[in-house]
Amino acid sequence: MTAQQETPPVIPDERPAPTTARRVVGRLITAQASWTFAALLIMMIYFTAAAPGKFLTASDLSLISQGAGPFLVMAVGQTFVIITAGIDLSVGFVLVLSGVVADDFYLHHGATNAGLGVIWLGVLIGLATGAGYGALQGFMVAKMKIPPLIATLAGLGGAEGISYLITGGSDFPNVPNKLVSSIGQGSAFGVQWLIIISFLTVLLFGLILAYTRFGRYTYAIGSNPEAATRAGIRVDWHLIKVYALSGLMAGLAGIMNLAYFGTTTISGHPLDNLTVITAVVLGGASLFGGSGSMTGTLIGTFIPLMLATGLIIVKVNQYWQYILTGAVLAAAVYADQFRRRLRERV
Amino acid sequence: MTSPPAETAPPDARVPLLEARGIVKRYGRVQALNGADFNVYPNEVVALIGDNGAGKSTFTKVLSGVIRPDSGEILVGGQPVSMSGPLDARKFGIETVYQDLALAPDLDAAANLYLGRELYLIPWLRVLNGREMRRRSVTAFAALGVHLPDLSTPVGMLSGGQRQSVAVARAVAFASKVIFMDEPTAALGVVQRERVLNTIRKVRDQGISVVLISHNMPEVLSVADRVEVLRLGRRVASYRASETSIEELVGAMTGALDTRDDAA
Repeated sequence: MTAQQETPPVIPDERPAPTTARRVVGRLITAQASWTFAALLIMMIYFTAAAPGKFLTASDLSLISQGAGPFLVMAVGQTFVIITAGIDLSVGFVLVLSGVVADDFYLHHGATNAGLGVIWLGVLIGLATGAGYGALQGFMVAKMKIPPLIATLAGLGGAEGISYLITGGSDFPNVPNKLVSSIGQGSAFGVQWLIIISFLTVLLFGLILAYTRFGRYTYAIGSNPEAATRAGIRVDWHLIKVYALSGLMAGLAGIMNLAYFGTTTISGHPLDNLTVITAVVLGGASLFGGSGSMTGTLIGTFIPLMLATGLIIVKVNQYWQYILTGAVLAAAVYADQFRRRLRERV
Repeated sequence: MTSPPAETAPPDARVPLLEARGIVKRYGRVQALNGADFNVYPNEVVALIGDNGAGKSTFTKVLSGVIRPDSGEILVGGQPVSMSGPLDARKFGIETVYQDLALAPDLDAAANLYLGRELYLIPWLRVLNGREMRRRSVTAFAALGVHLPDLSTPVGMLSGGQRQSVAVARAVAFASKVIFMDEPTAALGVVQRERVLNTIRKVRDQGISVVLISHNMPEVLSVADRVEVLRLGRRVASYRASETSIEELVGAMTGALDTRDDAA
């Protein structure tokens, strides 16, 4: 142990208190998110140079954002979970489950011709399915003390199984036309609904994370659950809420996915968890809990997606995306470990 | 079941701020507390000492509401109370500085100070008032003579002494009656140790009583007004610090002085 810094017993503060602007800038510079942002810029420059006039055209950007929609929404929930030092492996599977349950409802209530009332009810059913499923996993984590990795792995299997049981193994089509034409493919003020919904979700929960008690407790629990308990925070309840939020976000992503593709895509999301967890970790959240931000997650989400689009444009097999994403995830977690070790040594 | 403690100090006529009577706590077959008594009077520093396994930490947890005793009574200001969590103890004006400090290392000093007692800008939306919490934190730290260079630094990045200050400031800011300090100097250097002891005196002079749980006999004698000795889950002696010695305290702790108790 090195000699500890002694604080002088000075009451008046001679040093100027850091202004809000300086604090914000300081955080931006130190945050991992800024490195991720730099990586994002480098990727953009590289792909633009490699395929001039193809990458980063207006249509391409909106396509990336549109595709990013469900991922962004799931990453919002995952950010809260990872800040509590947890993890949610089930996201892509809860997405499918929520879409299947909602579409099962639509099938029995007018299918493609369903009216607005039925559509809204189906949306609520999808969201409730996700939130309820997430809360169940939260219960396993918080009350049954099952490690999050296992609780959500078990949950993943359950969600997959239920989806296949309901559909019998083949996708449900017959998504209401009005859902597809509005949320799925429609736009308002020239911006696709999928983009609007996902960015509003990021904004809303970013504010909640940064400025409300819910966010503060999320950080506190991830940072030191024992301290949180002694401060009077109902840690178990909060964890259930956080996993329910992650489920709710997967449910919302499920509705968006259903509306976008017009089908349940039951086998289409085995690696969403890889993408989403990588996004959150690249955004500066630590798997050890206590740190992370929504801005970081927003930036982090575009790395794997930009990679996917870029690889297609430069005509590299797009499956490289998963290999590269996995490598990036491992590297980001290694960097975080390294930083923590440095900090502990100080 | 409770034998009268070897009361060497004259009985105090004042009503204790906090009083425990006949506290029993078992963990399976282990009898951690075996009818323990304890008094804290207004405006005093009372040290709670005892050998390893005497029941100090269990007793502290019972008195600060963290664990429920199997039997026995706790009285605040002469009134029997039931505490079902640290929040209840807080309501009675009792705060605890835990040995591990119970801070969230990723949060800054102000967030830690107000953890679980946040101030709100928009209460019904639970929107925090960060500016006000920071402002009041500065005042709370200044009252203890603590200077933190940057209030927005996560406390995990502060030095051990600074972290200690944050935990103590939190207790002082919210306590109105009693502060428990569990081995507050165990992890500190000589200079910081002296500063913590000064803080303890300062807190007492502000009218808040301090219960000091410590192993360090010279330290106990230098700062405490009274010393209560715990042995085998029971209070075996209570001394005025000015009228006792290290030898006597060690004797009470190890049982050399109360063979009567062993024979019983």
